[in-house]
Amino acid sequence: MTGLYNLTRRNLKLFFKDKGMFFSSLITPIILLVLYATFLANVYKDSFLSAMPAGFGISESLIDATVAGQLIASLLAVSCVTVAFCSNLLMVSDKANSSILDLSVTPVKRSVLAVGYYTASAASTLIVTFSALAVCFVYLSFKGWYLSVGDVVCVILDVLLLTLFGTALSSCVNFFLSTNGQASAVGTIVSAGYGFLCGAYMPISSFSEPLQKILSFLPGTYGTSLIRNHMLSGVFSEMESGGFPSEVIDGIRDSIDCNFYFFGSLVETPVMYAVLLGAVLFFTGLFVLFHVIFGRRRAL
Amino acid sequence: MENIIEISNLYKSFGDVKAVQDLSFHVKKGELFAFLGVNGAGKSTTISILCGRLQKDSGKVSVCGKDVDGKSREIAEKIGVVFQSSVLDQPLSVRDNLRSRAALYGITGKQFEKRLAELATLLDFSDLLNRTVGKLSGGQRRRIDIARALLHNPEILVLDEPTTGLDPQTRKLLWNVVTSLRNENGMTVFLTTHYMEEAADADYIIILDSGKIAAEGTPLELKNRYTGDYITLYGEKNVSELGYPVRHIRDAVQVCVPDTKTATRLILEHPDLFDDYEITKGKMDDVFLAVTGKKLSGGLEK
Repeated sequence: MTGLYNLTRRNLKLFFKDKGMFFSSLITPIILLVLYATFLANVYKDSFLSAMPAGFGISESLIDATVAGQLIASLLAVSCVTVAFCSNLLMVSDKANSSILDLSVTPVKRSVLAVGYYTASAASTLIVTFSALAVCFVYLSFKGWYLSVGDVVCVILDVLLLTLFGTALSSCVNFFLSTNGQASAVGTIVSAGYGFLCGAYMPISSFSEPLQKILSFLPGTYGTSLIRNHMLSGVFSEMESGGFPSEVIDGIRDSIDCNFYFFGSLVETPVMYAVLLGAVLFFTGLFVLFHVIFGRRRAL
Repeated sequence: MENIIEISNLYKSFGDVKAVQDLSFHVKKGELFAFLGVNGAGKSTTISILCGRLQKDSGKVSVCGKDVDGKSREIAEKIGVVFQSSVLDQPLSVRDNLRSRAALYGITGKQFEKRLAELATLLDFSDLLNRTVGKLSGGQRRRIDIARALLHNPEILVLDEPTTGLDPQTRKLLWNVVTSLRNENGMTVFLTTHYMEEAADADYIIILDSGKIAAEGTPLELKNRYTGDYITLYGEKNVSELGYPVRHIRDAVQVCVPDTKTATRLILEHPDLFDDYEITKGKMDDVFLAVTGKKLSGGLEK
């Protein structure tokens, strides 16, 4: 445990020494929020209003809360994974500047080395994603707060799990990289593409059926759906108590992936958590296994 | 003297490249062992296998009587490595670097502070403890690299080209420390170097070429086997009649003879010529050139 604790401490110290990396990771979700709010909020609002059946009155605050909830759920779903890719660079840097040579001649097990990288990367990414979550909550409070304490706790849990998933996935991918250039290229690709794959930029329900089926195999999509469900749970309750027919609410839930279907069957919330947790454990285990199996073969 | 490192029939390939082929040798406890070869000869591969960082294809490697395959963690406790270039964390301070590395050997708290103080005195870096490693000069950084390798009091110190690019003062300090560790603690030193004068001080030398042992022996054995002697005669001398290659230097001539026996014979046969002279053995550079056909000096291969 001393080894793991000290490795994690060393990795975190190195992360925070690079202030440029830390602040750019921290500011990215906030820039995204500003961009989303500036350019997409009205589009979301118009699309939501046009989907409303005629004759239903809805308060401005509820509309704003729905749009804001959808926006920040998308932002958080993307950030948890893309920030992980951007901040999980130490393992690659250690290879690029040969520090890994020094760590690998110590008596520390390769699995401990792997967990040390994972823990530090998860901690630094969580600092950024929880900061982004705090900013998102402030934004939501201005737009219309309908979240219960339970919803807030669930959103925190969602962000935690999705961040751990992002860290585990980025650890597996970055394991095979050996230069900082490769790592930043991968980070750029993931930042550009992940939002579409996880249904953050566009709901998966709006894609073609074959694509929907393929995307339903990606664990990240369940994370997006979980955050969206919990961010909008209060809004839907408010709609229900305001006399909205459940068919209309269900229609909205379907259209923005709050209802998520795996080959036509509705996936319940506990199953979504199970999928996400399973993915975290799978990719973390795979990463540790990579270190143990390939570590000595590749002289890492 | 017992063998502290034993390697037999070691093979390692990277794809089509045969890095190490049928390598067998042993290192005795407490000796200064030099491993010579041009870049790509297989030195670093052998060291990586020895330290448990790289898996071998076949063969047997044991350190302190323990097989590297099953006991690599125990072996790691016995070996300290000074790498070719500094591998410490450049953004962290000297103290933070050494603290984080020491903890990986279970050395923490007061035990660490005690060891740090010992090493800081030994290697004269007490004033550098709070400095960032990346901002140190090459010589200062090298001292910290050595301190890092010695943190856990290893039985074997692997020095992988430790003095390349160092100023003479730091080079001297390094060798003084290594010599005192050998004398006082009986530490075994496994050295790779491009400086032949450093190899000449070794107890035993192995010259690697293309992953195979090209020559091995003590410096004297290698010099006797692969080089001749030089007789330097001072003053104006006509030595062409001796029948051996001659090199003119500013105030002397140098005659190259196959061995000391020949030198003695020449002196006895031509006492009139040999009134002011000296006989020297060939250098390790000459041995290396004769064995590999390649020149190796100060990090440059020719």
